[in-house]
Amino acid sequence: MITIPFHKYGTPKYFYSWSLRLRPWLKYGCILLFTAGLVGGLWIAPTDYQQGESFRIIYVHVPAAWMSLFVYIVMALAGACGLIWHVKLGDIVARACAPLGAWFTFLALLTGSLWGKPMWGTYWVWDARLTSELILLFLYLGYIALQGAIDDRRTAARAGAILAIVGTVNIPIVHYSVEWWNTLHQGPTVSKLDAPSMDTTMLIPLLVMALAYNLYFVAVLFERVRCEILEFERNKNWVNELTQPKGIV
Amino acid sequence: MRDVLNVASAVVLRDLRRYVRRRQDAVQPLIFFVIIVTLFAVAVGPDAEIFAKIAPAGIWVAILLATTINLDTIFLSDYHDGTIEQLFLSPAPLPLIVGSKIFSHWCATAGPQIAISVIVAAAIGLELRVVGTLAATLLLGSPILSLFGSVSSALTIGLRGGAMLQALIILPLYMPTLIFSTSAMHNAALDLPITAEIYFLAGLAVMAASLAPFASATALRIRLG
Repeated sequence: MITIPFHKYGTPKYFYSWSLRLRPWLKYGCILLFTAGLVGGLWIAPTDYQQGESFRIIYVHVPAAWMSLFVYIVMALAGACGLIWHVKLGDIVARACAPLGAWFTFLALLTGSLWGKPMWGTYWVWDARLTSELILLFLYLGYIALQGAIDDRRTAARAGAILAIVGTVNIPIVHYSVEWWNTLHQGPTVSKLDAPSMDTTMLIPLLVMALAYNLYFVAVLFERVRCEILEFERNKNWVNELTQPKGIV
Repeated sequence: MRDVLNVASAVVLRDLRRYVRRRQDAVQPLIFFVIIVTLFAVAVGPDAEIFAKIAPAGIWVAILLATTINLDTIFLSDYHDGTIEQLFLSPAPLPLIVGSKIFSHWCATAGPQIAISVIVAAAIGLELRVVGTLAATLLLGSPILSLFGSVSSALTIGLRGGAMLQALIILPLYMPTLIFSTSAMHNAALDLPITAEIYFLAGLAVMAASLAPFASATALRIRLG
């Protein structure tokens, strides 16, 4: 009988080797999906009858906005794994998530405000979703600041986990309170699963782009995690064997 | 149950005695609060009508800032004189002790804060209904501020630049409280019902009271244990 040793894949050493084997798949898959999504979105998808060509920014904007929230949840879950079960990899993943999530959030805000100029006539409005996205960015920055202030890596990761969990509890509250406070943003068009109010030729590139963003996230996350692992485990034998040039004893 | 009450009352009494002896911990945030409201008034200019319009916003922002500055009084002196380590060793559950410390912080700061805010609001000529709403939102909002604040205070305890870091961490989390409180005051000024906002604040307060002591206790253990 073959049993899969899951606990083994979670240790930094094994993670290092199996994630390295996944690397080309992630890289080429990501490039392929990005090309397909961008071609589909920028050329094949029809022009929107109301917003004209400028609607095409959603192929960059919407996946970034989805990722911004998704990464925060991944960060909190990974942090919780580190905190509760003392999974070292969880701590490392959580730390590596933060800057990525902050950049996704920033990208969503930036593209959103570029889109706002032709549509609303202004770069920034205190609209509910923009504001809650901005608050999400503040949450990320607070997390990163806390990580930077605590010298000991393990303490920093675990303190960050607490903050991320508290933040996750608060995100829906912040979101709905801001929504209640003011709304100008257009309603969701994709989340209605039964009948999205979007043409299929418009929708498919968007979903492809979302997938591409996910792959990009995983690829860069693994890259960052591997770097962190090398630093974290620099005194271990297997890291020394990797980094020392062969032939020198 | 008796033990729980004994521990809680011991911690609360000790902390309240500390606040009475170090009155500046409770008084200085109030002065800070009045200064910020004055800054708002000076920046807006002498037009009383405009100021009355933005006063709820100004007062609540001032409250948030004053609270943020004041949060480290929950744990900091105990951290400096080593009391926290003794509390860790106590057989009583740490969340209970931390909850009691938050409660005494709230007792020491919220009462004076509500009193001075009501006086300030009345002095700048807000209507009675708005002033009453301010008192109500503060009564429900200040425990939320103390409770969530205790988490960030525990996370940043003893760090270099901790006060700034604490503000960065906690202010975004104060957003819902700010939204519901100011929206209640705006509604009160327009003679609209404020029940929904009050219920939301009460709900937030209950949620914060049931979660924050555990999060703070865990954060303290991580940082110092």
